[in-house]
Amino acid sequence: MSDSSAGRAVPPAPAGGAPAPSRAPEKVVKLRHPWRIVVAVLLLAAVAVFVIDAAQREAFDWASVGKYVFDKRVTQAAGFTLLLTVLSMIIGVVLGIILAVMRQSPNPVLKSVAWVYLWIFRGTPVYVQLVFWGLLATIYSSIDLGVPFMEPWVSFPTKVLFNAFWLTVIGLGLNESAYMAEIVRAGLLSVDPGQHEAATALGMGWGKTMRRVVLPQAMRVIIPPTGNEVISMLKTTSLATAVPFTLELYTRTRDISVEIFNPIPLLIVASIWYLAITSVLMVGQFFLEKRFARGVGARPDAGPGPVTASMSAVELDESAAADAAIAAKHGGDAR
Amino acid sequence: MSEQTTAPAGAPAARDASVPMVRAEHVSKSFGSNEVLKDISLEVKRGEVLCLVGPSGSGKSTFLRCINHLEQVSSGRLAVDGQLVGYREAGGRLHEMHPKEIAKQRRDIGMVFQRFNLFPHMTALENVMEAPTQVKGLSKAKAKARALELLARVGLAERADYYPAHLSGGQQQRVAIARALAMDPKLMLFDEPTSALDPELVGEVLDVMKELAKTGMTMVVVTHEMGFAREVADTLVFMDGGVVVETGDPREVLANPQHQRTKAFLSKVL
Repeated sequence: MSDSSAGRAVPPAPAGGAPAPSRAPEKVVKLRHPWRIVVAVLLLAAVAVFVIDAAQREAFDWASVGKYVFDKRVTQAAGFTLLLTVLSMIIGVVLGIILAVMRQSPNPVLKSVAWVYLWIFRGTPVYVQLVFWGLLATIYSSIDLGVPFMEPWVSFPTKVLFNAFWLTVIGLGLNESAYMAEIVRAGLLSVDPGQHEAATALGMGWGKTMRRVVLPQAMRVIIPPTGNEVISMLKTTSLATAVPFTLELYTRTRDISVEIFNPIPLLIVASIWYLAITSVLMVGQFFLEKRFARGVGARPDAGPGPVTASMSAVELDESAAADAAIAAKHGGDAR
Repeated sequence: MSEQTTAPAGAPAARDASVPMVRAEHVSKSFGSNEVLKDISLEVKRGEVLCLVGPSGSGKSTFLRCINHLEQVSSGRLAVDGQLVGYREAGGRLHEMHPKEIAKQRRDIGMVFQRFNLFPHMTALENVMEAPTQVKGLSKAKAKARALELLARVGLAERADYYPAHLSGGQQQRVAIARALAMDPKLMLFDEPTSALDPELVGEVLDVMKELAKTGMTMVVVTHEMGFAREVADTLVFMDGGVVVETGDPREVLANPQHQRTKAFLSKVL
């Protein structure tokens, strides 16, 4: 409509009943991307070929995959893998926070101890560390409590105290803490020093300032790479066999595949479980990130409080209201 | 005002009206070899509004930060309400205080920053409630009632549930003032409270400060707002190069500066 009228001479003032030519959005011919379509079709075709082929290929042995994916030994192993991941991440995060704080300490001894710890645990392969933990009982046959170099008060045989499971948890957790320490440190450094100052000026102590003001803000920076670490840890648990702890997913499925002389379907079974657990963890990360994103992003106009409705009126009256409020307070609040 | 917890041992029982709110005697402060404050002596009386002006780098902000021990003085004595800040005098020597004791001293001193420094993960209301609940142990309900009252006083009752990111600079600074007032301070420090604001937002913050001054609050204000100083301040202190160059009634100093450096500075800003 407006298209046709735009071409002709339009009188400056709309004549009679004809309304002013409204500015309808002009039709724009979109740029076409033929190559995108070609590439997409080729890619889809390749994927389809692969899937159809895989479904028929005997080596994958889908029947066995189906048979073992909910095998009790496998589901139990998945449980152990998840447990290993969670426990060692807890150790990693807690110790990581302690190490990060130590690295920022004004005490040079604390600082260097943390640095050396990081240097050792990040500088050697986890696999090697896990083998070491497996040999703990060989190196220290008993754990003694008491005054050093004197007769101990109590003495526990290491083998009784720590089984392979706990050695794995400790090994993975201590290794992880070295990485977590750096992630936490980056998070702490990302918080504006003014925040620390403001909390201090309000009379908050160091601990409270950290807990209430700095850490909640640092979390936004800490969570995404930590999610990465959790997923990475899930897969690192497959190295537990170095301790050796054999009940986790990878080693367990390997053992079964040796029994049935067919490694491939069990590898698929293990992968399915790893993927499933990773997906669940990713959902958890999503909600955590949302929780700590408070105060950033879109204006919460739809959110809390009945503030939206009377907004513009408030805006106008604001200074007047302020004056009135202050004036009203005047009498009672004079100090 | 707020009930005082037991004063640290050795501190004179102050709180009598003749003791100035802030007393600085020969205060110096160095960062490494850079001496930022040189032998500053000044007093702020109870209920007085003192404006600190001067070119940037003159040490006025540093001095302000020394008052609540965000910076440590290098020499000299600085007392608030008769108590040395950050130190205890015993046996003729100064002893550093434990951070907990210093934190206790800071409760009574409110501070407002140039860049607001509101806690971004808390709403305006939560910002104001934070210190009373966490530091003073006030119940949530009481703190909330008081916080709403303070937000109304700075004209932001309707914005209580907003996060700082969704407030304008002027509104944020007013929340910051409410946050400082929530601790019932006996002294308020303002570190260039309007310098980070768009020009049209300066007025609303200054208005709140003017009202606060009328209630008899003792205020030390580092500012470039000469109009505010002239109208509200009881005393104007001009600093340059780490020393106090000139002190006096703001109307007189601004109209008729005695020192060459004051004249030079004022000719640039007025």
